[in-house]
Amino acid sequence: MTSALAMSQPAISEKVPGLKAQLRRAERLRKLKAIALVAPLAIFLVIAFVIPISNMLWRSVDNSEVMQVMPETARLLTEWDGKDLPSEAVFSVFAQELRDSRTGGGLGRIGRRLNYEDPTFRTLLTQTLRTLPATTEKTWSETLQSIHPRWSETDTWLALQRAAPATTDRYLLAALDLQRGSDGSIERIDENQRVYQQVFVRTLVIAGGVTLICLLMGFPLAYLLATLPTSQSNLLMIFVLLPFWTSLLVRTAAWIVLLQSGGLVNTTLMTLGLIESPLQLVFNRIGVFFAMVHILLPFMILPLYSVMKGISPVYQRAATSLGAHPFAAFWQIYVPQTLSGVAAGTILVFIMAIGYYITPALVGGPSDQMVSYFVAYYTNTTNNWGMAAALGTFLLIATLLLYLVYHKLVNQKQLIRN
Amino acid sequence: MQLTTEMEPLVRFSGVQKTYDGEHLVVKDLNLNIQKGEFVTLLGPSGSGKTTCLMMLAGFETPTSGDIFLGQERLNTLPPHKRNIGMVFQNYALFPHMSVEENLLYPLKTRKISKAIAKEKVDKILSKIKLKEFAHRRPSQLSGGQQQRVALARALVFEPQLVLMDEPLGALDKQLREHMQLEIKHLHEQLGLTVVFVTHDQSEALTMSDRVAVFNDGVIQQIDTPHNLYEYPANSFVAQFIGENNTLPGKIQSKEQNTCQVSFGDGFTTRALAGKNLNSGDKTQLSIRPERVRLNSGHLNLENQFNATLHEFIYLGDHLRLRCELAGNDQFYVKVPVNELCPNLKAGDRIQLGWSDQDVRALDYL
Ligand SMILES: Nc1ncnc2c1ncn2[C@@H]1O[C@H](COP(=O)(O)OP(=O)(O)OP(=O)(O)O)[C@@H](O)[C@H]1O
Ligand SMILES: [Mg+2]
Repeated sequence: MTSALAMSQPAISEKVPGLKAQLRRAERLRKLKAIALVAPLAIFLVIAFVIPISNMLWRSVDNSEVMQVMPETARLLTEWDGKDLPSEAVFSVFAQELRDSRTGGGLGRIGRRLNYEDPTFRTLLTQTLRTLPATTEKTWSETLQSIHPRWSETDTWLALQRAAPATTDRYLLAALDLQRGSDGSIERIDENQRVYQQVFVRTLVIAGGVTLICLLMGFPLAYLLATLPTSQSNLLMIFVLLPFWTSLLVRTAAWIVLLQSGGLVNTTLMTLGLIESPLQLVFNRIGVFFAMVHILLPFMILPLYSVMKGISPVYQRAATSLGAHPFAAFWQIYVPQTLSGVAAGTILVFIMAIGYYITPALVGGPSDQMVSYFVAYYTNTTNNWGMAAALGTFLLIATLLLYLVYHKLVNQKQLIRN
Repeated sequence: MQLTTEMEPLVRFSGVQKTYDGEHLVVKDLNLNIQKGEFVTLLGPSGSGKTTCLMMLAGFETPTSGDIFLGQERLNTLPPHKRNIGMVFQNYALFPHMSVEENLLYPLKTRKISKAIAKEKVDKILSKIKLKEFAHRRPSQLSGGQQQRVALARALVFEPQLVLMDEPLGALDKQLREHMQLEIKHLHEQLGLTVVFVTHDQSEALTMSDRVAVFNDGVIQQIDTPHNLYEYPANSFVAQFIGENNTLPGKIQSKEQNTCQVSFGDGFTTRALAGKNLNSGDKTQLSIRPERVRLNSGHLNLENQFNATLHEFIYLGDHLRLRCELAGNDQFYVKVPVNELCPNLKAGDRIQLGWSDQDVRALDYL
């Protein structure tokens, strides 16, 4: 056969001059067309995705409030050694810039920022401003110290100094229950103030649990969908897609109605005599799992189904003809071929679950709130963009890390096989 | 291969019937014995039940009634993974997530054969199919012919007592197919395999098989060696399905032991070999191979001579086919070697055609 094949190979043609240039020209046109086709999407992605995310990442380290409102004070304070009180020059520039900050909302911005360093700072600033004279005979340091004794404490100035640089790691640290100590080293915050480490763990546990349940429930269903005759599988598919026809909020509310202590589930169980008193099924972790699995299940089933649909049943037949028990054939031959669907489904569900907010907020208890809840809290309630962004950043990092690990695992498996 | 009838057959279908829908029998009363070491082909048009027979043998379908035996064992209730039958599927069914080597190891792993021995067997068969350097490739990285050989090797590596192949060459181009036909035939001879092969390509069946079972409509029309099938077709279906064939409808005038006198067309008569179950007065279909019809046969002293009109020349390189009109049938073909043709013959000429009694058969009227 080798000779026959060799003969059928076309002879290598001679080089034609100018062919390369021709090819390049032809390719260029095609490339331009391709670019034109993806351009709208690319632009949309940049505007709706890349810019907001970079903005969010930036805000998690952004510390520009003091630097913008009091540029000179900020500059002088960075040169200050922090041992004794700052020099007269700092006092005078500060007094001037504080007075100027009254216009254009600058005072509000630095007040909010400095309150993170010391919760009484805003009051200190407004009190100082109220009696701050336009000019003074004495030195500015004496004037300020006479207005409020706190201006004679180095700690006050140290707080101002910490807020002076253009960037800060305080939000990122705080999002991990860490802070900078007085000597500048990183330390854990007081035990009774720690929240976020636990919230992150909880978020990963809930998202992981939901993903696992979705996989365990979705796999058999997707298999059924892929193997049933078309007419039946179409009907089943409608049931799978039905949740998409109602809004997320309605579905979540429906779960509350069903699961609450006087709800359908509890009354049914009680009339059947299976339980004595109503089970606590909602406003706790159980409710969160119920509602989230229900909402996210289609996102597991659809990628699984599309992969399974493409797997011919002949492979399992082949395996049994080679002596494998049908279960072994399923596990060794069928399941590995679905792995790409499993990967797509779990990643999709996990990434969606990790960012869930409304559902846990409605059907969960206080100890079931996930990271997004705190992101929402900081953006909507306290206007603390730094903390919101820092939490968001870690959420993003966690997702990316998990994705990388997953990618590595899947790739490694393929490498071993190759 | 000459077969002794006393030998216990390896495979025995006994009165097997199969219906899928409870209305139509896809396989009707199948009786078939296959001897050890035999290469038997199931040949037939699409939908005639070949795959169904093979699937019943492999265990993926159960017979509606009747029994299938493999050696002494009744197979009907034995699940497919315990039958120890190698199978080559039409689209190979190589496991896409495994390398060539893993594919070949698979049947050995399911049989709990030790790693060292399994590896040795796989190496041996890989060198036999000349794919040693491809052992670590995925099936998708092989050409069609290479995949075909891997599929074959996988069905053979665990030394099954029987190998089934369902149109294994259907997806290959003509040249490769012919090459693989010979390769499979050689493997069959070298390893002493028993093979049941399914195809709807009659030339493939004739090239490869010891015996061919011609299927139609769920019934074996004839089972015989390729030579007998071609030379002595049992009925009109087989005559038409295997090779080229001219048919002329006629009527039996009189019948002796195994020859008869048949009238056909407008007052033509010929002597012919009589098919089974035909009596004088019956309608019949005369069957003559185009290469057995002689052109301008006056000097040949043949029993049956007729005048015909030449309509068309069809040039085929090594021979010519002449389309003629004989007894009202204008699709009557004659096959002539190129060098035997009189050069001044042209379309529209009156010609004389003739044949011997032994070359024409009166078969059942379809
Ligand atoms: N799973 C099935 N369910 C119902 N009918 C079937 C099934 N498989 C085959 N049939 C029917 O049985 C008949 C024989 O099918 P079979 O596959 O045995 O034919 P075949 O001879 O292998 O044809 P081909 O050469 O086209 O492969 C066909 O009419 C087909 O429609
Ligand atoms: Mg078939």
